[in-house]
Amino acid sequence: MSAPSAAAAAMVLLALTGATAVSAGPQGAAPARSGRDAAPIDLTGYWVSYVTENWRYRMVTPAKGEYRRIPASPAALPLINSWDPAADERVGSQCKSFGAGAIMSVPGRFHITWQDADTLRIDTDAGTQTRLFHFPAGATRAAAAAPSWQGVSTATWERANGPDGGGSLRVVTSNLRAGYLRKNGVPYSERATVTEHFDIAPLADGGRLLLVTTIVEDPVYLTGPYIVSPHFKSEPDGSKWDPTPCSSTW
Amino acid sequence: MLINLVGGEASPARAAGASMRRRCAAALFRLPRSAGGRAAIAVVLVVLTAGQAWAQFDFTGSWAPLATEDVQNDSVPVDYLGLALTDEARVRALSYDESQKSMIERQCAGWGAAYMVLGPFGLRVTSQTDPVTNRVVSITIGAWEDWNEMVIWMDGRPRPSEHALHTQAGFTSGRWEGGALAARTTHVKAGFIRKTGVPLTDQATIDWRFFRHGDVLTVLMVATDPVYLVEPEIVSKGFRLSRTPLDYRAECVTGYEGREPGDSVPHFPPDQNPFADEFVNLYHLPREAVLGFPETLYPEYRKKIRNTYVPPPACTESCGVAGNFVLRR
Repeated sequence: MSAPSAAAAAMVLLALTGATAVSAGPQGAAPARSGRDAAPIDLTGYWVSYVTENWRYRMVTPAKGEYRRIPASPAALPLINSWDPAADERVGSQCKSFGAGAIMSVPGRFHITWQDADTLRIDTDAGTQTRLFHFPAGATRAAAAAPSWQGVSTATWERANGPDGGGSLRVVTSNLRAGYLRKNGVPYSERATVTEHFDIAPLADGGRLLLVTTIVEDPVYLTGPYIVSPHFKSEPDGSKWDPTPCSSTW
Repeated sequence: MLINLVGGEASPARAAGASMRRRCAAALFRLPRSAGGRAAIAVVLVVLTAGQAWAQFDFTGSWAPLATEDVQNDSVPVDYLGLALTDEARVRALSYDESQKSMIERQCAGWGAAYMVLGPFGLRVTSQTDPVTNRVVSITIGAWEDWNEMVIWMDGRPRPSEHALHTQAGFTSGRWEGGALAARTTHVKAGFIRKTGVPLTDQATIDWRFFRHGDVLTVLMVATDPVYLVEPEIVSKGFRLSRTPLDYRAECVTGYEGREPGDSVPHFPPDQNPFADEFVNLYHLPREAVLGFPETLYPEYRKKIRNTYVPPPACTESCGVAGNFVLRR
């Protein structure tokens, strides 16, 4: 092969590789990369809730018995109408509205870090909760855990099918303790599954926006998926971090 | 050429990619005109052109709205929850009387681009293709009775002059970026960001992102306005792929609704709006939140009102999923 032809072949390979690698996904090559190394987007940092939607259901505790916009099943209605926050406090269940089914809609600050190469961690100042997203290798280790407010979460990157890179994080959470979708006792059961998609968008002021499309499915207390998409602004540091414990009344 | 349709700076990654493509192209022009060389050129050209209009998901089809989030905020005349308004915007909004829509010349005025996510309807999405190049020229989100269609130009055409005609729909161009369709709307007519009369100027810009995850589409709207918004109005609304084609087109027909031609425009003195405290009283909400003060959008505000907020009495009517609208008494 002549020098120009070799150069052309190299260029072709380079162009092909550059244009298609993102669609091949992290599983394409021989050695599996860690969740951190395979990340097509950077979710780490401090984020603050920007409550422009569902304000009345998130910033204050709605009236007892109100469950507008939640597809609650008939089985949920007795629980909704008998909600007793004091009773929840007495039995140590004041974190029921801070579980994985609702935590991203609770106004607060969120600190996202890599706990290790295959575990993405989210700490919340509201309710001082910790979520751990296990990429495939770590997920196996955590599978036997007991039900908890944040359950067991497995994470996968979904890479963009294009030359610009990017993508999104998909997280599936189960093994949950029964909790509340809203502060006023609209329930989800231990059989609920939470699927979340984490996306990033730039803001005109140079900041970033985190969008979390959250899909809660529950064969017991929901007649269909409950889908919300809270969003968050990036913050430069943790100077506004203000941890507060769970409360069943606020 | 690196296409940057929405007016922002090209990202470093895009710039690097373009630089690499330029180097590839330059090397190819030095190749002998052999069959192998021509084949290489063909392959590289395919790769290069594909990178500029790479649809990252199929957006066309019908998308039904999900009613699980409160984004309309139009059940009571004064509901500015979730907005960061300037004082001027608040005054203008409080002077608005919904009876304006009864005036025959305003009945079919419709709503601006933002109504795509603020309204109750789904999306009917089509794409238009250049018959010669077979490339997507535009993506169109179909009209409703009171909302004009949105054409998202994908062909890299320049944005019109700032002095060009402003319309309810505005001018929108888009590109695929990071797995999403990103678009920007400018050239909107002065109108409203909420049906309750919260105004938006013709200087407003709306940035859109369309994210698809399986059968769920999340549309993110970031509206900025140097006059009426202290901070962007950000709304993300979910839709679900519909197997049944959706079509909300309907002719707007004007009719007599109690206002004679030549009547004055219904309005309130801003400090005498009779509905100013309706939402406040109905749900025991803080007045500054209902009136769209910026501090109410952040977690600190929740802590601030913790000791003063008194929940309303237990819900007894229209409490559930079917009661998506606020119950007015």
